[in-house]
Amino acid sequence: MSVRVGVYVCHCGTNIAGKIDIDEVVRFSEGLENVALVREYKFMCSDPGQALIQKDIEEGKVDRVVVASCSPLMHESTFRSVCERSGINPYLLTMANIREQCSWVHVDAEDSTDKAKDLISAAVSRTSLLEPLEKRVVSINPRTLVIGGGIAGIQVALDLADAGKEVVLVEREPSIGGHMAKFDKTFPTLDCSACILTPRMVSVGQNPNIELLTYSELDEVNGYVGNFEVKIRKKARYVDPELCNGCGMCWEKCPGTRVPRKGNAHEKLSLGPTSSIYMPFMQAVPAVPVIDKDSCIYFQKDKCRICEKVCERNAIKYDMVDEIVEYEVGNIVIATGFKTFDPGIIKRYKYGVLPNVMTSLEFEVMNCAAGSTGGSIVMADGREPESIAIVHCVGSRDNNYHEYCSRVCCMYALKYAHLIKEKTKAEVYDFYIDMRCFGKGYEEFYDRLLGEDVRFVRGKVAEITNVPIHESEKDKLILTVEDTLLGAVRRIPTDMVVLCTALEAPDGLPDIAKMCNVSVGKDGFIIEKHPKLGPVATATDGVFVAGGSQSPKDIPDTVAQASAVSSAVLSMITREKIEIEAATAEIDEDRCCGCRICNTLCPYLAIKFDVEKNVSVVNEALCKGCGTCVAACPSNAITAKHFENRQILAEIEGILSAAK
Amino acid sequence: MSFEPKIVGFLCNWCSYTGADLAGTARIKYAPNIRTVRVMCSGRIEPVFVIKALYEGADGVLIAGCHPGDCHYQEGNYKALRRYKLLKAILPEYGVEPERIRLEWVAASEGDRFAKIVNEFTEQVRKLGPLEIKKSLYESMKDDAVRHEEPIGKNGENLDEA
Repeated sequence: MSVRVGVYVCHCGTNIAGKIDIDEVVRFSEGLENVALVREYKFMCSDPGQALIQKDIEEGKVDRVVVASCSPLMHESTFRSVCERSGINPYLLTMANIREQCSWVHVDAEDSTDKAKDLISAAVSRTSLLEPLEKRVVSINPRTLVIGGGIAGIQVALDLADAGKEVVLVEREPSIGGHMAKFDKTFPTLDCSACILTPRMVSVGQNPNIELLTYSELDEVNGYVGNFEVKIRKKARYVDPELCNGCGMCWEKCPGTRVPRKGNAHEKLSLGPTSSIYMPFMQAVPAVPVIDKDSCIYFQKDKCRICEKVCERNAIKYDMVDEIVEYEVGNIVIATGFKTFDPGIIKRYKYGVLPNVMTSLEFEVMNCAAGSTGGSIVMADGREPESIAIVHCVGSRDNNYHEYCSRVCCMYALKYAHLIKEKTKAEVYDFYIDMRCFGKGYEEFYDRLLGEDVRFVRGKVAEITNVPIHESEKDKLILTVEDTLLGAVRRIPTDMVVLCTALEAPDGLPDIAKMCNVSVGKDGFIIEKHPKLGPVATATDGVFVAGGSQSPKDIPDTVAQASAVSSAVLSMITREKIEIEAATAEIDEDRCCGCRICNTLCPYLAIKFDVEKNVSVVNEALCKGCGTCVAACPSNAITAKHFENRQILAEIEGILSAAK
Repeated sequence: MSFEPKIVGFLCNWCSYTGADLAGTARIKYAPNIRTVRVMCSGRIEPVFVIKALYEGADGVLIAGCHPGDCHYQEGNYKALRRYKLLKAILPEYGVEPERIRLEWVAASEGDRFAKIVNEFTEQVRKLGPLEIKKSLYESMKDDAVRHEEPIGKNGENLDEA
């Protein structure tokens, strides 16, 4: 195959010409095989420089291009555009880096010139063997799947729906709202959490662009960016949402106990009805209850059916089954939030062993006005506490559990201190390692608390015990702590302890990540594309992450991140099409022996196995062109477009031709 | 006139090639013996590339990829590491000193590290001298061969003295 390679040597002012002998390089290049002509110019990337190349191509003198100048990372796209404009395939171009990796880094002019000659020889050999590649374009479906109906998912859904785009919002609990629905007040402004959240929840429920699927989970994802096919499992509620009007008769009369009705105040904590047919909290969206099979008398013992009897709308349907629904979407957003660390594994803290040791989330629910205590802070036996301890960093900043800081606990500890002072006359002890009050109004809030007679002790609590060594410790929970500012170990007796538990990745996140073809990190959270410049995208095009599933964060940061995702998704949708990698891998069916070694090597799961033909096949839309499979194939059946074996071997020959 | 080794470097686009470019923009000087081949990922590098380079006249081969955990394509650099270790174990069979190939992790921000590695490696290969690919397999395995019979060739010559 005869090719006409044009070699264009750039002076780059004196950057190259000042070290490398351009005339010698030109002379040398003219003697290379397949070279039709060689030109030199002061600045090849400038308009007149580009025009030189364009003219040669248009006049048919040259059908492939080598530009010996700066790094391809600088100007490969520039010269690819020149090729395209002039009528040849943009992939028939190689750049020889004789600036960043030659004239700028070597001292001797002769050595630099020799190296430049070798690099150009390599580039010409490679370019002679390049193949034209087609730019691949895929369309973007304007519908988006949002997994998770907490404040992050809600924000994304509303942003997209308000922009006129369709959203499918999937939430595995019976209602959207997430953790915010369980909080009483939010720091530092102390606004009522439900008051700021519920209007948004209602908007989601009413927005015609949002298809809300609660009590549902992601089942399967297929496809690629712009063209995902997803399957959602709608779990059986046993209540028909079309008929139910949320009147509440069913849970009022239900004798089943999902949450204990007898027992101590802490065991009975609940935001919604404690019956088997229930809503998680009163402002649930949708306002349709769900039957908890495990505690339902009908499902367990085939008796009762009271809810069916009292329901005026005949909405109770015991024979409902899980339903799988399918959607086509262009982008997927993972907004599955977090879960809290179980402090039961820290034996010294006696959570679950001694009464009155509770987690922060349990304390939140107790404080909610709509909760079982009406918002009062009480001990397990119902008495008002005389003193309460708040312990920071339970499971966080701890090499034994989670190294990371959970970011929100210092602030909510301050919030609790304030709420306790507001609602009770109790003494408050706050045990901290550091006070992390980094956000807007946060340090000011801390300052305010310092004036509210809260006892701040700088030390990590070592143990919580109920064994007294002194009369004043009788019937109390004693915390042993090294007060580092005092320089002494102290025993502090209190009535109640609130443990600020770490925020962890939610259950099931690795499964969701696998389905969406993204990874979770060592800490369990979804890995973002780049920690600084790509905080909401992931390595998989079309899959985004927002909120607690990416890392622990407070509400302002969650909402900001969610809107960042909406912006990125809308950008994709309005573009309508995106270009995907052209230099992908291709498997030769005839050479492939079906060993499947490549299948597991691909980090993008881009290689599938065709069982009928017994060969592996690359999904070009998922392939990123890394070439790992190419190198591994024992049959040499895989070709890496634009980085083929023969092209690279020719490049090596070109580099070393002078060595022989 | 000291021996000037020829070094071929395989650099991955995202980390090491960018790092080498950074050495350029920072005008950090290093030995001119190296010539680089750009690949998208160190995981693309096949042992045959390394062997081809040595066969065509290179005295040393440098492979540079992203630091573990930072591979632009997630895990390609781990594959490169595995292949490199195997290759290093096999090369002595062909009479190639394992010190002639080297794998290094170079981040996009490590221009000075790239220069340092090139200088060190160039000196290392210079000390090893020019690579001589052995003409026959027997010659390269001679010293390790287990003797079962006298080393007498076809024409009665003593092969050890060949």
